[in-house]
Amino acid sequence: MTKVTMTVNGKPVSGEVEGRTLLASFLRDGLGLTGTHIGCDTSQCGACVVHVDGVAVKSCTTLALDVADRAITTIEGMANADGSLSVLQQAFQDNHGLQCGFCTPGMVMTAAALLADNPKPTEAEVRAGLEGNICRCTGYHNIVKAVLAASGQDVAAVAAE
Amino acid sequence: MPKDGGIGASTKRREDIRFLTGKGRYTADINLRGQAYACFARSQVAHGRINGIDTAAAKALPGVLAVMTGADFAAMGGNPAGWLVQSRGGETMKEPKRPVLAHGKVRHVGDAYAVVVAETLEQARDAAAAIEADITELPAIVNMAQAVADATNRVHDEIENNVCFDWGWIEDNRAAVDAAFKAAPHVTTLKLVNNRLVPNAMEPRASIGDYDSGTGDYKLYTTSQNPHLTRLLIAAFVMGIPENKLTVISPDVGGGFGSKIYHYGEEAAVLAAAKALNRPVKWVADRSESFMSDAHGRDHETTIQLATDLQGNFLALRTETLANVGAYLSNFATVTPTFLHGTLMAGPYKTPLIYVNVKAVFTNTAPVDAYRGAGRPEATYSLERVIDKMCRELKLDPVAVRRLNFIAPDQFPYTTPVGLVYDTGNYGATLARLVQIGDLKGFEARRAASARRGKLRGLGLSTWIEACGIAPSALVGALGARVGLFDVATVRVNATGNISVMVGAHSHGQGHETVFAQIVSDRLGVPASSIDIVHGDTSKIPFGMGSYGSRSLAVCGSAIVKAVDKVIAKGKKIAAHMLEVAEADIAFEDGMFSVPGSNKAKTFGEIAFSAYVPHNYPLETLEPGLEETAFYDPANFTYPAGAYACEVEVDPDTGRVEVASFACADDFGNVMNPMIVNGQVHGGVAQGIGQALLEAAVYDGNGQLLTGSYMDYAMPRADDLPMFTVDHSCNTPCTHNPLGAKGCGEAGAIGSPPAVVNAVIDALQRGGHSNVTHIDMPLTPARVWAAING
Repeated sequence: MTKVTMTVNGKPVSGEVEGRTLLASFLRDGLGLTGTHIGCDTSQCGACVVHVDGVAVKSCTTLALDVADRAITTIEGMANADGSLSVLQQAFQDNHGLQCGFCTPGMVMTAAALLADNPKPTEAEVRAGLEGNICRCTGYHNIVKAVLAASGQDVAAVAAE
Repeated sequence: MPKDGGIGASTKRREDIRFLTGKGRYTADINLRGQAYACFARSQVAHGRINGIDTAAAKALPGVLAVMTGADFAAMGGNPAGWLVQSRGGETMKEPKRPVLAHGKVRHVGDAYAVVVAETLEQARDAAAAIEADITELPAIVNMAQAVADATNRVHDEIENNVCFDWGWIEDNRAAVDAAFKAAPHVTTLKLVNNRLVPNAMEPRASIGDYDSGTGDYKLYTTSQNPHLTRLLIAAFVMGIPENKLTVISPDVGGGFGSKIYHYGEEAAVLAAAKALNRPVKWVADRSESFMSDAHGRDHETTIQLATDLQGNFLALRTETLANVGAYLSNFATVTPTFLHGTLMAGPYKTPLIYVNVKAVFTNTAPVDAYRGAGRPEATYSLERVIDKMCRELKLDPVAVRRLNFIAPDQFPYTTPVGLVYDTGNYGATLARLVQIGDLKGFEARRAASARRGKLRGLGLSTWIEACGIAPSALVGALGARVGLFDVATVRVNATGNISVMVGAHSHGQGHETVFAQIVSDRLGVPASSIDIVHGDTSKIPFGMGSYGSRSLAVCGSAIVKAVDKVIAKGKKIAAHMLEVAEADIAFEDGMFSVPGSNKAKTFGEIAFSAYVPHNYPLETLEPGLEETAFYDPANFTYPAGAYACEVEVDPDTGRVEVASFACADDFGNVMNPMIVNGQVHGGVAQGIGQALLEAAVYDGNGQLLTGSYMDYAMPRADDLPMFTVDHSCNTPCTHNPLGAKGCGEAGAIGSPPAVVNAVIDALQRGGHSNVTHIDMPLTPARVWAAING
């Protein structure tokens, strides 16, 4: 076992890990941050996405020791300081961008990184940007709407109902 | 206009707050003090005889607390089939025992034969890998036709020809159907495969067993769509423990789509291990285990024939199907290809004569059971594909042919030749609406534009119906069900006027916590914010049959309405006493008990308080308290229906299919929350497009699962799908439940696959490939290219 330290959601944390301990496991089991989910074994589904120094990373294929002393943000760190939903989180609720909620943390983390890179994406850019995150419930329609709405764009134009 | 936050409002979901902030509580998120970890040893061969399992090396590894094998569970009961289906000759189906862990033989890749419990997950995994199983591999039975033809090689040694049942529906109609075919001016025949799918809820299955040696109470946290049914199966059938000594908690569940209806052996194993070790035992499936051991869906091979006159009037229909049930019977495996499939072959049409034959076949593959739609997608696909083929053969317009054959609005209630009574519908109206919202008249211009870009554009239709709101208990009992299919709600009004509603339905994405609160709020005039919906815990809820078969609203929602009505009725008695008038003089509206024409009134809160502080109360005739329970057993199935149009663009050089647009005009009866209904349709259509274009669970000839991860099982991703056009304005409310609701959860997955395939065939035909009349799903680029170049 090796001691690892890092910053998670703005707070310094440390814990004992094995060489094989994944970041997702360290967050969930070591720190009790169970908002980060594990949906597959092959880095395909994206339920485990967190930010490492602002970059979206799949924490199920990242070793905890590899991100020592880095700044990690998880879904638990995405709300506003007063606990209210961030603009992106609120857009997911407003547009019914989630159903069972299991893929949602990874979707929000990926979408946040996408918008940081590209503040006014097109529908096609949103779809391409979410390609590494699988949702089995929504058919993506309302997730795409939510991300476009969070970017301040008029979603009625792309998704008439 | 709906009341603010009441029935018909697109109320935002309250459950979203916890899911969006990482505070959801799924089974894998739960950790009990002192818990140990389980890992299962699973068969790597599809079919084999277990000669012995050497656990000595595993037991000697650090941290290992116990190793149990199939032999340790051999005396326990089996996990039963929920329905006993009769064969054509009257004999009862074959029901081989499904043990907790494989014993004697392993029957599919992933069949668990041992479980290790250790201090850590890593130790449990290491030890499971150290178990030495001596298994003699037997020839795998994978192909259904071969399984039926070969009497010597058997999945279950006692079952000849691997046939579970040979079902005819309705057998008495067979001769008349055959005679109609002989006399028919035209017969269209189509052989097709309804491809095997893996449901793939994003949350893998997980279970935590716990045992209190002081009280003898068991507790199971598990990923279930129906905790009471799981409790019943474990207690009464498998482990033989009293139901009142077992609590099943199904907390937040990350999607089900059918795969989490069923009881699985891992649940009983962690409970037994928890008792043996006197500490909690936790198991979480990885995705690979899910692919190998979750119940799969569909997997039918069908020949369908449609007899018509030359104008396209349907004269008779018959089908022969081989339905794969896999290695063991999962709980709904026998009803899915029979009473959820054969009874739907009338569709929305007035076909006078229908006969359906289904042989259910055991194979060395994972069990196959209900997956979103369950039997009804298989029926709809066969029917809508053969109609499309007939229209091409007779050069008829597919819209006009459907109109010609629809059951007319004045024919309801309508008894079909396959045993259902449709209560209401207007199929012409949804089709007309589809023509509008899908801009079908504009298709030719869009096709020409696609052609200028070198793409072949096609338009495909599907007009579908389903039977859901499952189900009337007496009817299903007569058909072989071993359970009733009512549902239950308790409305508990607290002294301070806020309300807890305990419901037997389970929400795993459907938004019950929001919608059920809307219903209670609407009926009682109490703000939704004062109403909590409690689900997923057998210790809190009276009973319930869970969520599947688009039943939550139609059945459990009706139970809620009945319980609310009882609360109102009791409230009227209390109000009459307090206001010193006759009970018949009390009216209740918008949260107020009043005497019309006077200023006498009591608020709902005042009545609730009086029920718990009964100082001025009719104690001689009425009990204190304000809590009512209702069990609701539906009088009939509900029959949602709709019309779907898909447009595709096919790249003739690569065979790649792009879904250009998808439009849905549905009749779900009364809609409680349009936003949530739209979301259900989007998700169902996405799964249907996945089935049509991308998804297939593939076993090779040795029974090895070739599609065991997301690397090789293709699920729709964001860039595979278009925006959807969804409409549910043409509704005919259900006539027999108090909400007039029909259900919407499965619709998209039922109606969409044939629309997609019909569109691709249309594109190829219009593109000059007139020899291509059918391609089996999934329509991958390779298959489409091969059809074009075949």
